Amino acid sequence: MSKPQNAPGDVRSKGLVDYLNDENVRAVLYQIIAIGLIVFAGWYLVSNTLYNLEQQNISTGYGFLDLEAGFGISESMIQYSPQSDYASALVVGLLNTVKVSLLGIVLCTIIGIIFGVARLSSNWIVRKLATVYVETFRNIPVLLQLFFWYALIPSAFPHPRDALEPLPGVLLTSRGMYMPVPVSDNAYTLMGIAAVIACVVIYFVKKWAKKRQDATGQPFPIVLAGLGIFVGLVLAAYLAGGAPTEMSIPALKGFNIQGGYNISPEFLAVLIGLTVYTSTYVAEVVRSGIQAVPNGQWEAADSLGIKRSVALRKVILPQSMRVAIPPLTNQYLNLTKNSSLAVAVGYPDLVSVSNTTMNQTGQAIEAISIFMSIYLGLSLLTSLFMNWFNKKMALVER
Amino acid sequence: MKIQTILAAGAMTVAAVAAQNAQAGAVLDGIKAKGFVQCGVNVGLPGFSAANAEGKWEGIDVDVCRAVAAALLGDSNAVQYTPLTAPQRFTALQSGEIDILSRNTTATTTRDAKLGLTFVGINYYDGQGFLIPKALGVSSATELDGATVCVEPGTTTELNLADYFRAKGMSFEPVVIENINEATTAFFSGRCDVYTTDASGLASVRTTMAENPDDYVILPEIISKEPLGPVVAQGDEQWSDVARWAFTAMVEAEEYGVTMENVDDMKANSTNPGIQRLLGVTPGMGEALGLDEAWAYNIIKQVGNYGESYEKNVTAKLGLERGLNALWTDGGLQYAWPIR
Repeated sequence: MSKPQNAPGDVRSKGLVDYLNDENVRAVLYQIIAIGLIVFAGWYLVSNTLYNLEQQNISTGYGFLDLEAGFGISESMIQYSPQSDYASALVVGLLNTVKVSLLGIVLCTIIGIIFGVARLSSNWIVRKLATVYVETFRNIPVLLQLFFWYALIPSAFPHPRDALEPLPGVLLTSRGMYMPVPVSDNAYTLMGIAAVIACVVIYFVKKWAKKRQDATGQPFPIVLAGLGIFVGLVLAAYLAGGAPTEMSIPALKGFNIQGGYNISPEFLAVLIGLTVYTSTYVAEVVRSGIQAVPNGQWEAADSLGIKRSVALRKVILPQSMRVAIPPLTNQYLNLTKNSSLAVAVGYPDLVSVSNTTMNQTGQAIEAISIFMSIYLGLSLLTSLFMNWFNKKMALVER
Repeated sequence: MKIQTILAAGAMTVAAVAAQNAQAGAVLDGIKAKGFVQCGVNVGLPGFSAANAEGKWEGIDVDVCRAVAAALLGDSNAVQYTPLTAPQRFTALQSGEIDILSRNTTATTTRDAKLGLTFVGINYYDGQGFLIPKALGVSSATELDGATVCVEPGTTTELNLADYFRAKGMSFEPVVIENINEATTAFFSGRCDVYTTDASGLASVRTTMAENPDDYVILPEIISKEPLGPVVAQGDEQWSDVARWAFTAMVEAEEYGVTMENVDDMKANSTNPGIQRLLGVTPGMGEALGLDEAWAYNIIKQVGNYGESYEKNVTAKLGLERGLNALWTDGGLQYAWPIR
């Protein structure tokens, strides 16, 4: 059989080589190959790990989460005992991480703003002191700072038997600080609900006040009014709940001080260490933010007869925020991630509890995968929130 | 052309996958190739494993590493030490970072079965106790209700502690610190009322780290069984055999009265068939283990027998008598499987 020959001028049917030389085909082909290689690498790592674990008779899977943990945890925001399962232990660790991170973020922002503004002060001594603070704590590794605070706190205060009492009911000891707290009562739940309602009311009042000011130019004392609404509602709830007065006062009983609320040296060391370290970075962010606003803005506000404090609040800070928020987000993320160093001073954070779990069960890969995903989740949540905040603060083009 | 290259690369990667997987005998071959044993030890527990003033590691756990190196490589100094905290130790072993873990580690079901480990012997029979300042006036562990207790995480100690207080209906507050040095500092600074670990560890901490050892007392209650011993990862049976019999040879040598001093004399003159087999005068044991026939001779000559190692490290440094760790013939638990 002879093949019919192509007539001259006929378009030749495309061969493989022609396809490979086609730019569009190539573009798609390369992407398929790239994805294929990534998938292959992932499959390779996972299957190899599973195979090797099986070869070594090491158990795998997340079934261990339901087993009894068997170890104690010193501080917990939820009910936990050694009879609880590993999953609860990890939740305790997570909550401890969140607690120290959130408090750290709030405190480092406040301290950072104070020192950031102080670095721009016209007062020589204030400016220099702020510089010394920032340069000292920014340049010492945070882990060493944690060790320093943890060594300092237990040795600076006396044994519980000779506790210091700077305020009635407040005890300072080598085992941390003890404070009197109200014994739990329904009235406090009621007060919590009242606080939430007050916030909602204030939000709407603020909206109305802005509308009125836009329309008539009349300013409304929103800060005073808001404070009044909040205190009034919460106080009313307290009285409605029967105004309970019973307090749990810390006192020495047996080995330890019992009652009251205890802030442990481990928690204090981590909180102080992280706050001080991160606040130096926040101070720099704030300083650069303020300096990024051109001086003409101050002058323009002056020439309109706006008071300097109002100008700072309404003209300068909103503009410097736009510069400051993205680097601030970074610092918040760093603080959250650095809180994992708490394991070094015995604060039962997520890493500490995961380490113990992984050692008692021997399932290192599973335990690490759990806490890595949790840190990733926490960081992404922080990022999402800060991105939303950034968008809200961004210059609206008109 | 391109497709061929890609296919070739793919085929090579697949081949690499097959080659990468674990193989039996890998640990032993690895040690022979690199020329030393990588041994995981405690970061600092005098008597068991601690670096001395010259930076040399010594202790009863360290001697096990040295014995294994002497048996396998003929040189007890062919060991590299990796100091490990309690939570790090099993991961280091499972991942192959170390060849053997000799770090006062308690043998338990979970560790043996679920962690993929093999305990190759018990070089110290111990039990958990409590160390407490005398000033607190406590004479029994049953008076510890409400105490703050310093403990290392990831240990059987941590679990026994919770069990003991639960069984007695008492409460406690744990302070969990990973590094033994940080943990004891916290205890001596008054952060905790009690420090708990194995009784031998308490003796070590009390005599070597307390400012004045007489201010502290070890409570009489021993609340657990802690058989401590060297561990290897599962998967290389030949290697676990070498480790097991290297330690056994130390105990067997003590049973026969073979010491570092008289080993040469025994090798030349002893007519006891057991000693002749142990020292390779009658060949066979070395071959069975895949070792040189002088394997046990090297251990005894370079490291000493079990009794000598105990005397030099535990009795001399911590003042602890043999107790449970005496030979079975003296009423203790140390009993060597016969080398034959």
